[in-house]
Amino acid sequence: MLSGLLIYGLSALDLALDPTTALVILLTAETTQWLASRWVGCRFDPRSPLISALSLCLLLRTATPVWGMVAAVVAIGGKFVIRVRGKHVFNPANLGLVVTMVLTDAAWVSPGQWGTVMTVAVSLVLLGMLVTRRAERDDVTWAFLVAWATILGTRAWWLGDPLSIPLHQLQNGALLIFAFFMISDPKTTPDHRAGRVVYAVWVATLGAVLEFVFFVPAALIWALALSAPIVPLLDLWLPALRYRWPSFSSSSTRSTRSVMEAV
Amino acid sequence: MTLSLLARVVLGALLLLIASPASAFCGFYVARADTDLFNQASKVVMVRDGNRTVLTMANDYRGAADEFALVIPVPTVLERDQIHVTEAALIDHLDAYTAPRLVEYFDENPCQVDLRRRSIRPVSEALSIEERADSPRRQELGVTIEARYTVGEYDILILSAKESRGLMTWLDENDYRLPSGARRVLDSYIKQGLKFFVARVDLAARARLGYAYLRPLQVAYESPRFMLPIRLGTVNANGPQELFVFALTRTGRVETTNYRTVALPTDVEIPTFVKTDFASFYQALFDRQVTANKMKTVFLEYAWDMAWCDPCAADPLSNAQLRELGVFWLPEQTHTRRSATPQDVFVTRLHLRYTGETFPDDLRFHETGNRSNVQGRYVLRHPWTGPGECAAAYDYHRRLEQRRLEEAKTLAWLTNWPLDDIHQRMGTVPSTTDDRPWWKKIWGRR
Repeated sequence: MLSGLLIYGLSALDLALDPTTALVILLTAETTQWLASRWVGCRFDPRSPLISALSLCLLLRTATPVWGMVAAVVAIGGKFVIRVRGKHVFNPANLGLVVTMVLTDAAWVSPGQWGTVMTVAVSLVLLGMLVTRRAERDDVTWAFLVAWATILGTRAWWLGDPLSIPLHQLQNGALLIFAFFMISDPKTTPDHRAGRVVYAVWVATLGAVLEFVFFVPAALIWALALSAPIVPLLDLWLPALRYRWPSFSSSSTRSTRSVMEAV
Repeated sequence: MTLSLLARVVLGALLLLIASPASAFCGFYVARADTDLFNQASKVVMVRDGNRTVLTMANDYRGAADEFALVIPVPTVLERDQIHVTEAALIDHLDAYTAPRLVEYFDENPCQVDLRRRSIRPVSEALSIEERADSPRRQELGVTIEARYTVGEYDILILSAKESRGLMTWLDENDYRLPSGARRVLDSYIKQGLKFFVARVDLAARARLGYAYLRPLQVAYESPRFMLPIRLGTVNANGPQELFVFALTRTGRVETTNYRTVALPTDVEIPTFVKTDFASFYQALFDRQVTANKMKTVFLEYAWDMAWCDPCAADPLSNAQLRELGVFWLPEQTHTRRSATPQDVFVTRLHLRYTGETFPDDLRFHETGNRSNVQGRYVLRHPWTGPGECAAAYDYHRRLEQRRLEEAKTLAWLTNWPLDDIHQRMGTVPSTTDDRPWWKKIWGRR
């Protein structure tokens, strides 16, 4: 699905991403995962870095492939280095994006480039995909989308803006990619369902403050990175069973699903 | 006296400027497509670095000066020295420098093996604060005149308001006639904390200064908001409007964050007859792209380092010109040779056609680190028409025929002009390529 989005983006949307950078990101992510797995002595699994790399390809834009490489190293390396009670803190792709944007002007996120034309198609595919899955950790995506839509709707109502403005804001392709492929990461969201809902609402609220009060571009990306440290606190407050990766030997359905949730 | 509000500021006439050809690496420059090609076009120059912004708004208003009025939402209350008036020629120069361009090449005699290497040539007011006293009526309406200035030929008010009804009433009572749907938009802007910059022409000052046209207004402010308010202009607008945004930044390209920014098709070979009809060609190309993108896209027409160009549709702007446009990070000293070409200015030219339905929200921008070059460049390739009696000439003419068919197809695709008309103007016959599926050709069914 992510690969499909990437191919669509490259071919139809003029995303200013060259295939070399995409390849560099993919190879760097896999290599970093392999080296880090050897370092900590765990089994190398190519799926997780693949998803992180594809997320980076979808959202990160760089002037040179070097910054793509840096983002991939930070994304995957961060999983092994920044850990609390055996669980990594930051969403890998999100950390890669934010650190690279802090380090250089030559890396950025283009929230407008996914446009609104493809929104209907992508929404349908994603909805269909989610419906066929057993709803286990989709709650964070839905809680976030409901919170975000409520904030945009309330803001428009308060300003007296026509409905077309919040609808336009909701139809942003980058928003859907964020909601379905970044904040939904089961490894970096709270273990307890209530914790995940609180977390999603918090990220949406912080994102709105950054976007509408501080006028930060790509505000949700920053909001997620800034919110990640509260996940261990929510886990302490609301303990629950930790998410575990399904193994390679699972059925094909589980396997497909695990790839989607693997980041 | 009744003043009508002009939310859009420029009414253009169709005009094609043909400059004298100049030699350059990428072919011979022939013509450019200036913003004047498009009716009802506004031009805004945005200089931005960090939170500092300088906006220049071009007024090509051709109606009666006493009926001109402009209401623009601005993020902060502006002081007198934050407002300036400049010359329209500056924006015209920037327009010419960044315009889509036509270049031409001439095929050489195919019978002469010519190993000549192409040489690469580097291309090089009087201001017065008047009053600040609030009248009881204004206080009653909740409208505050934050400042009132006379800048050049303009009378300028900076207003803040508590609510839109009071502001509408005040503007109405002071002879500013706003369209009926404007109140809702003003209300939204007031709640977003924006102030209002209201300008009209001081006829006495204008007569004294002797300007026949209205000069562009400039404002400088510091705000994290990197946006252009377009919603007021779409209220009661008569059809789609055109906007050209020229962004001058330090780091790289500017793009919209809430709409897609897309580069127009460029670097294509088209039939040579377009040389005399470049204006219609570019209008048709733009129309087609707008339709294909459902009028929901911002188009990138030019992105380049201001230090050079190739081929040049006009010379790059000098340091002095850029400083006048508000590029505050350039050094003031311009007499040294080193500072003659600006080293640290990247220009992005964006062009959009919009209505309230297709662009419901204001334009929000961000600056990216993308410094790759983009220009609208359309290529004419003139065939060799001299004598040629050799095998190479035979091959050349065979390839030429194919090339001209391709050029016709490209032009049809770019402009949506009928292919038959194109062939008629080219003096060629349409392609004889049989497009039927292969199996239909086996048994000769048509």
